[in-house]
Amino acid sequence: MSILVIAEHDNAELKGATLNTIAAAKAIGGDIDVLVAGSGCDAVGEAAAKVEGVSKVLVANNAAYEHQLAENVAKLVGDLGKNYSHILAPATTTGKNMLPRAAALLDVQPISDILAVESPDTFKRPIYAGNVIATVQSSDAIKVASVRTTAFDPVAAEGGSAAVESVDIVDDAAVSKFVGEELAESDRPELTAARVVISGGRGMQNGENFELLNKVADKLGAAVGASRAAVDAGFVPNDMQVGQTGKIVAPDLYIAVGISGAIQHLAGMKDSKVIVAINKDEEAPIFSVADYGLVADLFDAVPELETKL
Amino acid sequence: MKVLVAVKRVVDYNVKVRPKADGSDVDTANVKMSINPFCEIAVEEAVRLKEKGVVSEIVVVSMGPKQCQEQIRTALALGADRGIQVETDAELQPLAVAKCLKAIVEKEEPQLVILGKQSIDGDNNQTGQMLAALTGMGQGTFASEVNVEEGSVKVTREIDGGLQTVELQLPAVVTTDLRLNEPRYASLPNIMKAKKKPLDVTNPEELGVDIAPRTKTLKVEPPAERQAGIKVADVAELVEKLKNEAKVI
Repeated sequence: MSILVIAEHDNAELKGATLNTIAAAKAIGGDIDVLVAGSGCDAVGEAAAKVEGVSKVLVANNAAYEHQLAENVAKLVGDLGKNYSHILAPATTTGKNMLPRAAALLDVQPISDILAVESPDTFKRPIYAGNVIATVQSSDAIKVASVRTTAFDPVAAEGGSAAVESVDIVDDAAVSKFVGEELAESDRPELTAARVVISGGRGMQNGENFELLNKVADKLGAAVGASRAAVDAGFVPNDMQVGQTGKIVAPDLYIAVGISGAIQHLAGMKDSKVIVAINKDEEAPIFSVADYGLVADLFDAVPELETKL
Repeated sequence: MKVLVAVKRVVDYNVKVRPKADGSDVDTANVKMSINPFCEIAVEEAVRLKEKGVVSEIVVVSMGPKQCQEQIRTALALGADRGIQVETDAELQPLAVAKCLKAIVEKEEPQLVILGKQSIDGDNNQTGQMLAALTGMGQGTFASEVNVEEGSVKVTREIDGGLQTVELQLPAVVTTDLRLNEPRYASLPNIMKAKKKPLDVTNPEELGVDIAPRTKTLKVEPPAERQAGIKVADVAELVEKLKNEAKVI
């Protein structure tokens, strides 16, 4: 078997999600090649070559791939993917955008968000917002799957010495153009990569009060998240949302502040190792998944937590 | 211009589904069914484009057993002009749905196809991307803003780090995210009027599409339960437990 893993990167750095995806590839077994499609992305290719367990790195360096436009990258993946038994990408917004398009070009029914590898053709994946886990077997000649990164421990970023080959296929579908992006700037770790996450919900009352969480986050080296209720209320931007339709996180410590614990939120964080809930409503459903619950007014408890850390 | 909107009949989002005792499938007997929430946002966006004068006709399509006509009627009550049902009792996987939609796109020639980014039952998040691939159209997935311009559409997309804007040549595929709009409620007069709007019925064979499933669900099961832990009395106890018991700080 031979597996093609699509690297997640920003043309400068290889993103951690790639390492989790390679871990899923290892669980399938076989040779693992990594495709780095981008522009000016040679450093990413070199980083991918050092990752444990990688046989070969393919670097497609062209302006057409600079912004990961699905129309172009999926075509490339469709072209290269014919030679593989499996194609995997992380289930990030980039992966979810591109991978089904590539699968359709290969006439394959992809499998989204795999949580576990049962055998080379059988995988576990969540359905109904994670309320049900399905075991799914593919009969397609090529298996195409996106990987729920929190379900696989990352492989080591160092220790490998794969060959790097350049790919000169230029697929420019010329039907889409990148216009711009607004990325949140932060000195804190990324939500999906952080060891500690502290999230606020509707109970925070407004965006300014998230400063209370930021102070705790600075002491713990944590990322700051939010529930959908807090995002919909306009307290904080959507990229902070943790939940089924936002980011899926599984840190060592998750602190939920003023979050009631709607199913959609729980689906995004219930695989965290330790969960702390701070809420003044002792009936809040969040307490039923929390390892440590504190029934208290967050406006007293959070500043006190900051001083005691 | 014409817009095609695809809608799916799913278990209502308020229903907590459970696997059947034999683990063969999810128990959907006698549960409330609704239009998939993301699809409802797709219908609303099309209606708003029509109200702005950008769109002249909204065609809504759904696939599945006869009952999915209910969801087509819901979309018609919200403002769509006519419906198409692709009738089948067989299981339809996203690739098969995308192929059926491609056949309808070739017939109807819409300038824009709007779909929900995913359905809340299968959570696949695939159909829009696959339809775009099969038709060679550009795709604006996870849209939080859609602006139709002369010959193109600008789509602002919700991505992991924030927002990204792309410009797509028309015709194009757009899939909706939650914050694109807030769907309206259908008024009673509109529900009555919807009953008289045209609804054509076709099927995968007529469309020339092979819908044979490519994947098989071997088992469904509930996720591992998480046990509730303890309540701590105050912040001091919480910090002590996190340091000495859980050892995470």
